[in-house]
Amino acid sequence: MKFKKALSLVLVCTMAVATLTACGSKEEGGNTFKIGGIGPVTGGAAVYGIAVQRGAELAVEEINAAGGVNGVQIEFQFEDDEHDAEKAVNAYNTLKDWNMQMLMGTVTSTPCQAVAEKTKEDNMYMLTPSGSAVPCIQYDNAFRVCFSDPNQGIASAQYIGGNGLAKKVAVIYNSSDVYSQGIYEKFAGEAANQSFEIVAAEQFTADSATDFSVQLKKAQDAGADLVFLPIYYQEASLILQQADAMGFAPKFFGCDGLDGLLGVENFDTSLAEGVMLLTPFVAGDDDFSKDFKAKFGEDPIQFAADAYDAIYIMKAAMEKAGVKPDMSISDMCEAMKKAMTEITVDGTTGTGMTWSADGEPSKEPKAMVIENGQYVAM
Amino acid sequence: MKKLFLNKNTKDTTITLTGVIFVCLIVQLWMSFGSMSSLLKGLMVPLCVYTIMAVSLNLTVGILGELSLGHAGFMCVGAFTGAFFSKCTDGVLPDGIRFLCAILIGAVFATLFGFIIGIPVLRLKGDYLAIVTLAFCEIIKNIVNALYIGRDENGFHFTMKDSLSLGLSEQGEVIINGAQGISGTPNDSSFVIGAVLLVITLFIILNLVNSRSGRAIMAIRDNSIAAESVGLNLTKYKLMAFSISAGLAGVAGVLYAHNLSTLTALPKNFGYNMSINILVFVVLGGIGNIRGSIIATIILTLLPELLRGLNDYRMLMYAVVLIAVMLFNYSEKAKDFKEKLGFMTRKKFHAKEDK
Repeated sequence: MKFKKALSLVLVCTMAVATLTACGSKEEGGNTFKIGGIGPVTGGAAVYGIAVQRGAELAVEEINAAGGVNGVQIEFQFEDDEHDAEKAVNAYNTLKDWNMQMLMGTVTSTPCQAVAEKTKEDNMYMLTPSGSAVPCIQYDNAFRVCFSDPNQGIASAQYIGGNGLAKKVAVIYNSSDVYSQGIYEKFAGEAANQSFEIVAAEQFTADSATDFSVQLKKAQDAGADLVFLPIYYQEASLILQQADAMGFAPKFFGCDGLDGLLGVENFDTSLAEGVMLLTPFVAGDDDFSKDFKAKFGEDPIQFAADAYDAIYIMKAAMEKAGVKPDMSISDMCEAMKKAMTEITVDGTTGTGMTWSADGEPSKEPKAMVIENGQYVAM
Repeated sequence: MKKLFLNKNTKDTTITLTGVIFVCLIVQLWMSFGSMSSLLKGLMVPLCVYTIMAVSLNLTVGILGELSLGHAGFMCVGAFTGAFFSKCTDGVLPDGIRFLCAILIGAVFATLFGFIIGIPVLRLKGDYLAIVTLAFCEIIKNIVNALYIGRDENGFHFTMKDSLSLGLSEQGEVIINGAQGISGTPNDSSFVIGAVLLVITLFIILNLVNSRSGRAIMAIRDNSIAAESVGLNLTKYKLMAFSISAGLAGVAGVLYAHNLSTLTALPKNFGYNMSINILVFVVLGGIGNIRGSIIATIILTLLPELLRGLNDYRMLMYAVVLIAVMLFNYSEKAKDFKEKLGFMTRKKFHAKEDK
């Protein structure tokens, strides 16, 4: 009897589960394009996921208001992945049950690699706004909007060397972060060919990202005249404060992760004067920044701009490929793959962006410097 | 009617095993012939992983009676050794054999780590033991994050600095790349393999519990002085339970690593959070109750995914459900109710603990 009861309980649970899951998956693809998005909207990386979600929603609204793509409206749904590969795959499967036809995601690199494996299996077109690690787009169905990590590291080294910004360079990077480590490695590799030398390469991890006095002291002792920060802006703001407190005033140079520095709460922006960054986007007086601020009450960060562009890039490719909402996912992917290499898009993160079949964008990074609390092109 | 002649423990074991096998068969049939949603299909392997984790942790927490907060560390060891092996031998060995070897290697290394860590840790008791296991879990995670291993025609290269200092030749490839972990592990895990491993895990644990060693382990839990006085070797039995538990967590780790193509040691998957998560499964299912762990794991793993419709509120709902289950599980009325169902006979056996 016991066994029967235990079994019936298990069966009841499974049935309850079945009915619950069935709810979401009834609709059949009709006369709209269904674009899915995946990114972290809860947890430590939530700020990037939320930015992407907002940027994409803004773009979708604008496109729908202007009549959609080839006269067809777009539906957009965004799922949370908590910056975790396993959750990202769950999110992807949830979107598949929703009959997603194309994927705009995922936001962060590690989940992106896991999801890329799944989109490859299903041959679904995917465009990641900000997955910058190399393997994110290792398959031919995947494209990206942002620069890859190696790309940024090499470009930074060339810029510093080419413009003779420094002779002795110190690097402070986050060894527990894929983005930071990826840039550092390529930067260090390219530095060998440039006119400067790396005198100190100091690491920190996510667990110790509050006190940088040791790293800064080492950089100071090594006589660095430029500190390269391939990290995100929260840590960078602390580094700037602590360097100022210890009277260390080198030049600071960063990548696109530094965008957002001026928006950090309780941060004395005068410390950021003279900080240089290589980034495709800074919030300014353009229409996108204004619309974004009007809608969400804050300046967009680069992730929002990438996502906004991603939706417009998809629109351009969809129009070029002439896809119809009733096409199969695989056919749509094939058409989009071909169209991606043929389009040229002017977006907020670059003008005249084009793609090669390997999925990498070709656009020029802009070097910016912070002057009087504003980003100014160098 | 044969079952009637079996003794109580054997009957209990048979019920659990046949129950699990039966459910697995139904799910497999549903998967192949029914219309299971993609989400559920994708969740099947993680479900097996977490069930194995919960059941194996129950061996330490419920049967051995020591609170371990470092279970995810052993999963991490299994995941990385298994994935490392698979990555090295991908294309050299046939898929099936390679995965089998990976599972064995993951299990062996995790057991070894469990043994080594167990020697100092098991001298402690209670909260102290919990804290030290937690520390070991963090140590394992941090070491893995600082580990760089590469391979080229000259053999393996190893460093803890960065991947440039590996000094690889042109054809070399980096296998473990620090915080970026291992990427491109072959996706070998499937529900069938997961289910088989789950059944094997249950078989091992249930048989251990009902064996002479198992009784010795439980005797140590109930009163270590009395157990020692009758001549039981405390260290031996404690280490046995702890390393078997670690080894099975390693198996779960290998399964986890071969389900996703990227493997990174983040706090979320191999840190404190995961250890606590698994402990929650065990506690809510009933400490020492294997069947309860399985059910709790299934419900609590599915819950956040099924609540996706609630968006940001789902974590709130999850917490509310946890509190509700906790209250329900430990209220007197509910206990009486369960007694009546006769569903948790083990409770009587462990009544001492709950008080």
